[in-house]
Amino acid sequence: MSNHKEIDQVKKEVLVSLVEQIPFCKTLGIKLDCLGNEITAHLPFKKDFIGNPAIPALHGGIIGSFLEITAIIQLSWAIFLERKDDQINLKNLRLGVQDNILQRIPKTIDITIDYLNSGRPVESFARAKINKIGHRYASVSVKSWQDEPNKPFAMASGHFLVKNLNHTK
Amino acid sequence: MIDEIPIPSEQVKLFFKNLPFSKYIGLKLERIGNGQAVMTMPYQKNLIGDPKTGVLHGGVITTLLDSCCGAAVMTAGDPKTSTATIDLRIDYMRPAKPERTIIAEAKCYRVTNSVVFVRANAQDGTKKIPIATATGAFTSPF
Repeated sequence: MSNHKEIDQVKKEVLVSLVEQIPFCKTLGIKLDCLGNEITAHLPFKKDFIGNPAIPALHGGIIGSFLEITAIIQLSWAIFLERKDDQINLKNLRLGVQDNILQRIPKTIDITIDYLNSGRPVESFARAKINKIGHRYASVSVKSWQDEPNKPFAMASGHFLVKNLNHTK
Repeated sequence: MIDEIPIPSEQVKLFFKNLPFSKYIGLKLERIGNGQAVMTMPYQKNLIGDPKTGVLHGGVITTLLDSCCGAAVMTAGDPKTSTATIDLRIDYMRPAKPERTIIAEAKCYRVTNSVVFVRANAQDGTKKIPIATATGAFTSPF
């Protein structure tokens, strides 16, 4: 029973370590929330993120980066969770797992970003939906919003190179 | 091709230099004019996306390409307003070599009074193949 608690703890650690260990995520100050297996990424507002001071609006680059990061994290997470089901033994997991997940950061093949509205100078959120993970390629869609999740101000859809060992077993 | 693109005036340089997010990630406008732009970005450890290899995060390249495209759009005519990205597609051809400065070149290839279509690529100077290419549509400032 305490096993479940421990697993949850390990999951949390892995998630935190993902952001902590990717320098660019840390630079932007991205935080993650996890309800069940669904991740919501938070991008704080910083004055540095302005791309058009006249409106003012967030820079397209930061919006694109945020969407791409969210997609990559959700993918890493999904691959990690798939593996974990049959690995209840936590003793060797705790040390190994963080390296494991980072060794297989998905590589972006392409990403198409749709800018629907300008990003206002406030906090933004994003969630990714995995359309498919194969053993080498994955397809992911991401939405980003500021007030209401069903009114995104930017969306992206991308393809990623993954090494999904779950599929080669 | 680069030689045909004018070097920007101090005023234009200053405008881009002072854009908060460009400043934040260290973008530098090298040349601009005739619907084309060249920008560079030095390698920085805090922009790494893969800690194992030290390769820059894809989002950083997105920012560089988006900015470069936007700059090119503003010089494709006499702008009456500013521009905004409608959509941008990035293809990552290969990882950028760590420690290398990234150079982006953008060119508008179709300008209308509603939309401007732009193509761009990013190089790290180590191979002929770009590290990434971009295709974008921008709102027209003309």
